[in-house]
Amino acid sequence: MYVAVKGGERAIENAHAWLAEERRGDTSVAELSIAQIREQLSLAVNRVMAEGSLYDPDLAALAIKQARGDLIEAIFLIRAYRTTLPRFGATEPVETGDMACDRRISATFKDAPGGQVLGPTFDYTHRLLDFKLAAEGEVPAAPAAEPRHEPTPHITEFLQGEDIIQREPESDATPGDLTREPMSYPAGRDIRLQSLTRGDEGFVLGLAYSTQRGYARNHAFVGELRIGTVAVEMEIPELGFAIEIGEVELTECETVNQFAGSKTEPPQFTRGYGLVFGQTERKAISMALVDRALRWRELGEDFLGAAAQDEEFVLSHADNIQATGFLEHIKLPHYVDFQSELELVRKLRREAGVDEVREAAE
Amino acid sequence: MSDYNFAYLDEQTKRMIRRAILKGLAVPGYQVPFASREMPMPYGWGTGGVQVSAATLTPEDTFKVIDQGSDDTTNAVSIRKFFEKTAGVAVTEETEQASVIQTRHRIPEAELTEDQILVYQVPIPEPLRFLEPRETETRKMHSLEEYGLMHVKLYEDISQHGAIATSYAYPVKVSDRYVMDPSPIPKFDNPKLEMAAIQLFGAGREQRIYAVPPYTKVVSLDFEDFPFEATKADHACDLCAAEDSYLDEVILDDAGNRMFVCSDTDYCRGRREAGHVGRLGEEAA
Amino acid sequence: MTPLLQVTGIEKRYGARIGCADVNFDLYPGEVMGIVGESGSGKSTLLNCLAGHLKPDAGQVIFDTRADGPVDTVTMSEPARRMLGRTDWAFVHQHARDGLRMNVSAGGNIGERLMAVGARHYGDIRNRAVDWLDRVEIAEGRVDDRPSAFSGGMQQRLQIARNLVTEPRLVFMDEPTGGLDVSVQARLLDLLRGLVRQMGLSALIVTHDLAVVRLLADRLMVMKDGHVVESGLTDQVLDDPQHAYTQLLVSSVLQV
Repeated sequence: MYVAVKGGERAIENAHAWLAEERRGDTSVAELSIAQIREQLSLAVNRVMAEGSLYDPDLAALAIKQARGDLIEAIFLIRAYRTTLPRFGATEPVETGDMACDRRISATFKDAPGGQVLGPTFDYTHRLLDFKLAAEGEVPAAPAAEPRHEPTPHITEFLQGEDIIQREPESDATPGDLTREPMSYPAGRDIRLQSLTRGDEGFVLGLAYSTQRGYARNHAFVGELRIGTVAVEMEIPELGFAIEIGEVELTECETVNQFAGSKTEPPQFTRGYGLVFGQTERKAISMALVDRALRWRELGEDFLGAAAQDEEFVLSHADNIQATGFLEHIKLPHYVDFQSELELVRKLRREAGVDEVREAAE
Repeated sequence: MSDYNFAYLDEQTKRMIRRAILKGLAVPGYQVPFASREMPMPYGWGTGGVQVSAATLTPEDTFKVIDQGSDDTTNAVSIRKFFEKTAGVAVTEETEQASVIQTRHRIPEAELTEDQILVYQVPIPEPLRFLEPRETETRKMHSLEEYGLMHVKLYEDISQHGAIATSYAYPVKVSDRYVMDPSPIPKFDNPKLEMAAIQLFGAGREQRIYAVPPYTKVVSLDFEDFPFEATKADHACDLCAAEDSYLDEVILDDAGNRMFVCSDTDYCRGRREAGHVGRLGEEAA
Repeated sequence: MTPLLQVTGIEKRYGARIGCADVNFDLYPGEVMGIVGESGSGKSTLLNCLAGHLKPDAGQVIFDTRADGPVDTVTMSEPARRMLGRTDWAFVHQHARDGLRMNVSAGGNIGERLMAVGARHYGDIRNRAVDWLDRVEIAEGRVDDRPSAFSGGMQQRLQIARNLVTEPRLVFMDEPTGGLDVSVQARLLDLLRGLVRQMGLSALIVTHDLAVVRLLADRLMVMKDGHVVESGLTDQVLDDPQHAYTQLLVSSVLQV
């Protein structure tokens, strides 16, 4: 006699236990520590903070450990944690102009005040697997120079001085918060930028790449890429003024885009903007390109049907937690609906006489 | 789990969700946007239903969770455990005992009462989505009651297949005004949408809540000469002999032999305990 | 008799440029008005303002509705205007693709307006669709085919059927024969002339082709640089043009 399969609860418990074992792996191998992940896999930590929308390197490292290195799973852990955190208020906007830059480059000028500073970049490495790393040796200290004290103004300020680049609209309005309001279209630039900075790096990269290949090309130059720490200030009501509560590492990218002229604007360079937690260059540059592509309407440009220009398409699909959740949900039982489809198709086939014909032929 | 508020969500969030629920009840079938929160389970796995349940539950409630009609499927188990941990509410598998029922893809066979709330998990709340992918357009179509495209789709089905080719998530018109997606319940369940209980629908990822108050008119879309039929497999349950309950098809062996059993496991158990026996069932001891 | 359409002072500007200005006319039931001019004359702008696709900067477009009598459609609510667009008004686009659902069958395309106003009997809807295919000379057997499988002329005739099935009182047409072969154009014009007479339609037809207005329109307006430079009975204007521009237009037509 058929006995319905039961034991879903026990199955889940056993699955969790096995998962924990797999996560630990071979117990004769040393266990990873949070500090090791934070220090030696810092770019993974950066991505988790950026897409989790939470700046806390230790938590991000823990999430990566718990997620067995699956970064989207780690981002999910951070997002779920973030939801539970109380909000004390909002900080002042950070002053990226005052950033203590570890890295600062511009593709638009050979040199500028503040200099071209390569910083700790992979850019000019030769991508040859370094087998010495497998032996875990010590690394010699890099040569040090005097710290730079001169200010590092934004490159775009120089272009603005000539009025040859569009000015970003100034506003004191409080930006929206896409984690607190349902998404609605058309979305303002504040919501678009929030969506992009926490959007999946692969998705935003692909879209940015598509613009370079001609799907709404916007001729981007990297006006400036700067990476470093900025102070975070918050006004404390009891004090009546703002104090510095800490600092964060940010990557900021400003692109300078060619403007092809239109009926409503005289020719000026236009801009794209990317800002991401941590050293997260690829994302910041991608974000700037897609930001620029999405600005076509306010710049009086044509909609060319490119994916990167389609606000609803980009913003609906950028969030990898939504994406993976919905994608993976198809693993859940769907047999009730499948049964309905089975019955329907069987009925339609009967009515079309398909199976009778087939049987007659056999 | 004492670090978390009752039913996990903070009170502000619950208030926000309740406001959306009230709007939904005031305008039956209308999709109310709400700021869905990130939950500890993935989007697409019931976060909308979970948020609606979390905002609706009180400590005195008795909670039941089903998925595909069964209390024992893995995701139902997972969600039930979540609320046991974070809300400490009593849980049950018996439909008649529950005050709040969260469901995925089925309406229970037992008739629900005015004292009960049914919370549906909804993947895609927009019934017009597959005809029109843009949210900006579908919003306009709802507000202007422009549903011609929906009937065009049904017309096309009949001209291509000879019948309306939708078997689940079958669109309905609520209170003679809004066209609504009843979630992916089989069309067999559509007639039950007119019931005495409150029905709440939560779509977390898509950020929408909608509702059908008790005793509201809900009509499945059709043509006069191709009327809606609430069909199911032409069998009785092989365990409890029920003729009127939606059935799961189970493959028994390599030869392809199959049996049909009630999808609603609690309903089937109840019938068997009352002495009903199906073709492949056994007398109760 | 109340005019079906009273147009007063319609104006549409694009910055400093005039799209159309100072347009005034009345249209009576059963009348067909042609609006002619070259590209850039403002005729399409005018048509779109009248049909509610563009909001004019000034002026009124008063339509004699069945339920409420004369109503200014410029200030009408959007739901009411969209309902008008599905019932008493029709718009035939120059490119059939703009006026059809390419991924819906011919029958579905024609049936849509019926379903949009509440038709709920599949058999009746299908019969009316087949009936209309016949009237626009498309073979009945094509009722389940997609318009993407039709020739340009057939697509245009399908668009006409889709528009006329709810028996609108006013039809806007934007270059209805544009882009079609000459012989196909002739057939289409013949069809339109027949339908307009049979159904007692009023129509506003924008075209640069004088042969179209000669065949279809009772009256015509000639536009240049956004203004109406001449108007009157079609035959009179074409046989005895008064304005220099009209004379130029008429004399430029190749006599084949």
